[in-house]
Amino acid sequence: MKRSLGQRIWRWSILLVVTSYLALPIVAMLDFSTKVGRSKRGLYAWKAIFSQPELVGGIVTSLELAAIVIALLLFLVVPTVVWVHLKLPRLRRPLELICLLPLAIPGIVLVVGVSKIYMWLSIHWTESPLTLSAVYAMLILPYTYRSLSAALFAVDVHTLAEAARTLGASTSRTLFQIVIPTIKAGVMSALVISIALVLGEYTISSLLNYKTFQVEINLIGQNDGTIAVAVSLASLIFVLLLLLLMPTAKRHGKALLDVDAE
Amino acid sequence: MSQLTQEAITGSAARGSGYRAWRRVTPYFGVLPFLTLATLFLLWPTISVMTGAFQDSKGHFTFTSVHDVWTSSTHLAIFKNTLLLSGETALIGAILGALLSYAVATGKPDGILRRIWVSATGVLAQFGGVMLAFGFVATFGFNGFITTFVKSFAPHSFFANPSWLYGITGLAFVYCFFQIPLMFIVFLPAIDNLRPNWREASDSLGGSTWEYWRRVGIPVLTPSFLGSSLLLFANAFSAYATAASLISQGSIITPLEISGSLSSETGLANAATAKALSFGMVAVVVVVMALYTLLRRKVSKWEKS
Amino acid sequence: MSSVAVQLNDIAKSFGPVKALAGLTLEIKEGELVALLGPSGCGKTTALRALAGLQDLDRGQILVGGKDITFQAANHRGMGMVFQAYSLFPHMSAQENVEYGLKLKAHKVSAEDRRKKSSELLELVGLSTHAGHYPHQMSGGQQQRVALARALAIEPKVLLLDEPLSALDAKVRIQLRDEIRRIQLEVGTTTLFVTHDQEEALGIADRVGVMRDGVLQQIAVPQELYDRPTSAFVAEFVGLTNPIRGTVSGSTVSILGSQIATLPGSVTSGEGTALVRPESIRVEADPSGSAKVVTSSFLGSVCRSIVDLADGTRITAQSASSQASVLRAGTSVRVTLDTPAVFVKSL
Ligand SMILES: Nc1ncnc2c1ncn2[C@@H]1O[C@H](COP(=O)(O)OP(=O)(O)OP(=O)(O)O)[C@@H](O)[C@H]1O
Ligand SMILES: [Mg+2]
Repeated sequence: MKRSLGQRIWRWSILLVVTSYLALPIVAMLDFSTKVGRSKRGLYAWKAIFSQPELVGGIVTSLELAAIVIALLLFLVVPTVVWVHLKLPRLRRPLELICLLPLAIPGIVLVVGVSKIYMWLSIHWTESPLTLSAVYAMLILPYTYRSLSAALFAVDVHTLAEAARTLGASTSRTLFQIVIPTIKAGVMSALVISIALVLGEYTISSLLNYKTFQVEINLIGQNDGTIAVAVSLASLIFVLLLLLLMPTAKRHGKALLDVDAE
Repeated sequence: MSQLTQEAITGSAARGSGYRAWRRVTPYFGVLPFLTLATLFLLWPTISVMTGAFQDSKGHFTFTSVHDVWTSSTHLAIFKNTLLLSGETALIGAILGALLSYAVATGKPDGILRRIWVSATGVLAQFGGVMLAFGFVATFGFNGFITTFVKSFAPHSFFANPSWLYGITGLAFVYCFFQIPLMFIVFLPAIDNLRPNWREASDSLGGSTWEYWRRVGIPVLTPSFLGSSLLLFANAFSAYATAASLISQGSIITPLEISGSLSSETGLANAATAKALSFGMVAVVVVVMALYTLLRRKVSKWEKS
Repeated sequence: MSSVAVQLNDIAKSFGPVKALAGLTLEIKEGELVALLGPSGCGKTTALRALAGLQDLDRGQILVGGKDITFQAANHRGMGMVFQAYSLFPHMSAQENVEYGLKLKAHKVSAEDRRKKSSELLELVGLSTHAGHYPHQMSGGQQQRVALARALAIEPKVLLLDEPLSALDAKVRIQLRDEIRRIQLEVGTTTLFVTHDQEEALGIADRVGVMRDGVLQQIAVPQELYDRPTSAFVAEFVGLTNPIRGTVSGSTVSILGSQIATLPGSVTSGEGTALVRPESIRVEADPSGSAKVVTSSFLGSVCRSIVDLADGTRITAQSASSQASVLRAGTSVRVTLDTPAVFVKSL
């Protein structure tokens, strides 16, 4: 049916209002980060991004964290979810509850809880910020779980797995070569969201005194707002491009929708 | 031949029930690594905070810290602020985000507009925090884009004096920036699930646009809307980074208070406060979820369980 | 069945380069059930939606009961529509779905009458026991029955059905098809039924219209459409045909040694291809026959044989099932024709 004029006006005014609101800070950041002094323009802040050793360190730390979290996701979380789905249907509900728990527990509360563990870790083992990956792996659970379980229900993995077994595939082969590839889309979307989450995480790392990307941006911001704004904008654009290039990015929504449905 | 079979039968009987039981439990070992990690970094911390709220420094049971928080008007006022802030931004975000998803969903299903929105909101919803704070400082702060602009021709208007940005109003304004995209992400699939057939059926049966929305569109969307709003509430309620980097002095929301008492010099007494406040936060989330569950049961009795 | 209830006059609609409707003209009489049949993409749905007011047109005119409704909004047309599938409102029970139209301003009736009417209709479609069920608790066939009851509740001027059975399995499909016909006759509603299943169309309709590329090719009662197609397209689309070469002179064609009348629209002279139905071909075992049976299958009530003619043409013939044992593969047979008239197209 043809859209009525009223509907079109509605539609465009909503888009216009929301877009302006969301675009405003981004435009302002562009403006702000190219300002030099009162009225001059220049790219000094953008050029300064990589001449900040702490910042670069923070970026590297966060990227390493992202890599470890992805590894945990791929080799621990995904297999566990699939395993439970296939073999231990009785554990589905408990697993789901665990996975959704981080939504109900504010990050700051989690910090209060894990601070003791991290204190212990830094005294007895290592002070490396990479230990944060364990908590981060918990934070991504809600997003991961939903996109995985949606994908698992969409393809009938049971039949697939049984087919593979009857053809003589071993359990691990079935898992890693048959089941997981068929839910690739779900895994991909979980992956993208995990990267975004790790690169954007501030609460836990700052309170546990680890120097991640966001913590460094914040520190720079205390001294030189212009550089901080330039970095923020750059990373925003970076992740946006990452998402635009990911063909499966549009699936997050489905994954999250029924987060609290049951 | 028959003897062989006989042996095979007795053989497997001998391996018998013990072996069967073993076969039954082995799959459970598969979840152990995950369970260990989750216990250490999620379950145990959560439980320790919850129980810690009811322990004194020696680990004895006490109501003192929770009682102190509960009877302190400062704590309560800040709690109320946080609740209001989360509720308001959840509501505004939910409404605007829902309208936005409707506007985008009625466009071309695989158009570029939709693709951009989906990706952009993915970033904006996740990438809040510190950078968002800077974004808004660059917009409405002392040298901000809008502030400078407004100052030049309306020096006494609201936006000319940026102090609002560093208070609760500012937070609400900034929070909407990630609430709207989050709502968009979680609500778009619900809108996509509205079948054109329903609208057409309603039309052909004589329904007006308004009647369609009142009797079909809105009731069908209500469960998802409530669920998404709850998510938005929890999201705002636990948000910390934005406030932490925007507001340098004073704790105007509970997460700031918690971090304040964690990092201040005085130590143990404050750790107890942090736990009591944390307990309060979790309690709020639990209560809100319980209310939601009741409400949801009421509005979605027609849904497949 | 007397006065004209629905008239589509030369309606046309293009989607970009695609001409979904290219000047369709169709009349439906009061109380009649017309089926629109045609290959996928020929514009059936578009025609139906245009009549419902869900699709605006580039050209043409739509009259219902003599009134021009071309520009009337869908919700003022009073037509009940049944969609292919999944059109029930998911948050309403079967009964609430049926009552929906009666709650609207357009047809508002008291709660008591609504209840009565919806119960009657659910009874009519055989679902009184499912009144309180939600759509997800019902099977596809049950959902379509409810959709039918919902459409009938507003006592529509015209009932529109767009492949209402295509999502169902074969058995339910036939059962529900017959039921739709029974109900339609009982209620007497003028009905347009769209389908791409010829058996369905022939089985249910008073008249069947065959569409192709946005225009009507032929509209006739099922028997006539089958026996006397006016174009090669209709002959080939409705039922099975064997293309057999023959020589036409005037209004007869000579094939397989018989002289048979040609149908109007056929080639009038020279060589042509006759389109012959399998049941018009008679196959008899005859050692001196020049044709040979390739295979032959027993289909219960009939026997279908594939036969190679002397010139190499391969045809399908249908005979009584008792013949199955005689017409084994390799049997030499004699082939004759037994039909009053055939359609002959140019080579
Ligand atoms: N909204 C639309 N936009 C673009 N093209 C359309 C639209 N609706 C229909 N068409 C095109 O118009 C033509 C006719 O479509 P229509 O749906 O009427 O076919 P149909 O006869 O119902 O086919 P089917 O048996 O497959 O349902 C098709 O080529 C289709 O692709
Ligand atoms: Mg169609």
